[in-house]
Amino acid sequence: MPSVRIPTPLRKLTGELEVVQAAGATIAEVLHSLDQAFPGLKERICDDAGQVRRFVNVFVNDEDIRFLEESATPVKDTDEISIVPAIAGG
Amino acid sequence: MKDRLEFHPWRALHGSTLEDGFSAMKSTPFFSNLKCRECGRLYPKQAIHVCDFDFGPLEAAYDYEAIGKVLSRKVIESRPHTMWRYRELLPIDGDPTVGAEVGFTPLIKADRLAKILGIRELWIKNDTVNYPTLSFKDRVVSVALSRARELGFEVVACASTGNLANSVAANAAAAGLKSYVLIPADLEQGKVLGSLVYGTQVIGIHGAYDQVNRLCSEIAGKYGWGFVNVNLRPYYAEGSKSMGFEICEQLGWRIPQHTVVPMASGSLLTKIHKAYKEFIQLGIVADTPFHMHGTQASGCAPISHALKRGTDIIKPVSKPNTIVKSLAIGTPADGYYAIHSMKQSGGSAEDVTDEEVVEGIRMLAEYAGVFAETAGGVTVAGARKLIESGHIGAGDSAVLCITGHGLKTQEAIVGKCGAPRLIAPNLREFEEKIYAPDAAAASI
Repeated sequence: MPSVRIPTPLRKLTGELEVVQAAGATIAEVLHSLDQAFPGLKERICDDAGQVRRFVNVFVNDEDIRFLEESATPVKDTDEISIVPAIAGG
Repeated sequence: MKDRLEFHPWRALHGSTLEDGFSAMKSTPFFSNLKCRECGRLYPKQAIHVCDFDFGPLEAAYDYEAIGKVLSRKVIESRPHTMWRYRELLPIDGDPTVGAEVGFTPLIKADRLAKILGIRELWIKNDTVNYPTLSFKDRVVSVALSRARELGFEVVACASTGNLANSVAANAAAAGLKSYVLIPADLEQGKVLGSLVYGTQVIGIHGAYDQVNRLCSEIAGKYGWGFVNVNLRPYYAEGSKSMGFEICEQLGWRIPQHTVVPMASGSLLTKIHKAYKEFIQLGIVADTPFHMHGTQASGCAPISHALKRGTDIIKPVSKPNTIVKSLAIGTPADGYYAIHSMKQSGGSAEDVTDEEVVEGIRMLAEYAGVFAETAGGVTVAGARKLIESGHIGAGDSAVLCITGHGLKTQEAIVGKCGAPRLIAPNLREFEEKIYAPDAAAASI
């Protein structure tokens, strides 16, 4: 299963785990699996329409999914997914 | 009352036990909370920067009613000429212990440049001479590191395109804090050396700024260092307001009709906008119409392009391609808010090519006597286009925010300003090659 790096603001929902495993062939499926394992996590990451929120960046390995296929971006079992707050830097 | 509010940075620096104004201020909660800009949830004043619920940015919230009772033009004018003369509107609890001398840079009336650009009145807010590292970043670092000390951090760090790294390195050195600065590996030599000299840990990353930024977010989450523009960002960002406060005061307590600001993350523009609104709310300046304009380099202009498209959805730039490295942020954190500041104020955005940037640097130097880094070239060249297109009226008055010194980005103009004319050390050669008295007399 792909591994997912959890940002600090969401670790209260994962029992302070920094990295978790979540099944899925796309980012959307991985987020769904995460929500099954850690209820409430998806609504923090996605808005009411199911889209990744404006202030969240999701990376597959080193690539921002906005440069790939957004939530439909395919993922492999060996991929590392990072969820990172967008508000930083500058 | 006036005496009790008087602020002496040297007392703060040297640990005076005098019963001065700061002691009185400490017990007054002008800076009350952190607040999510999206949902309004309140958070304690800790090293956190995003909302747990929607990842919205946390911003300093103030008790403006309490501030209104103590802050006036007269009180401000009684204080030393630093950015801390507006300290009730900056988010620390006690004395500023880092960078107490920062700010209050000159506001220059630039008549010759105004004529060339085709505008009635033009002012340069000259942060190329900010103390100690010659850029506006000294403002934000002064606040961030003073707050870092209040929160007990011993290690401070940043993701930077250069100027911030210089300022964190210098101010941390002065304060005795251990520092790490993370930068793209291909920055200008002046900016790399301008960090190394202070003995900081300079980490060059093989990647663009946005990749540096992401790494810093992950380090901050794992190790708990005080990253000035990650987990200390709510404090850091507020420091930029001081540029707006100073502009108003130096113009004779009024808001300029037009303010032109370079944009990287977009934070500076939003904070100057916030400063103007705070001064209006407190009755320190009159509520007159003003317009915020943002400028970017065409090789990395996600905010400008979005505004021109009429949307607030930022399309990130994956590979910035410009000589303006200090503005090369492809995923601007405050882009959304910068767009709304420009739209709300009836402002506009513009972007300029690298050639126009060099022209802008030269115009500012030749007609105003200010040597700016590439971001300054973006501001001047962008302002010229905004005046030409009528977004800034020819009969109006404008302030250009010039944010960093040109000695830091010499690579951008090497070979583009001519070269010294070389002669032997004798009068004959001087008169033959440089200055012929007969020809000069004839031309008078």
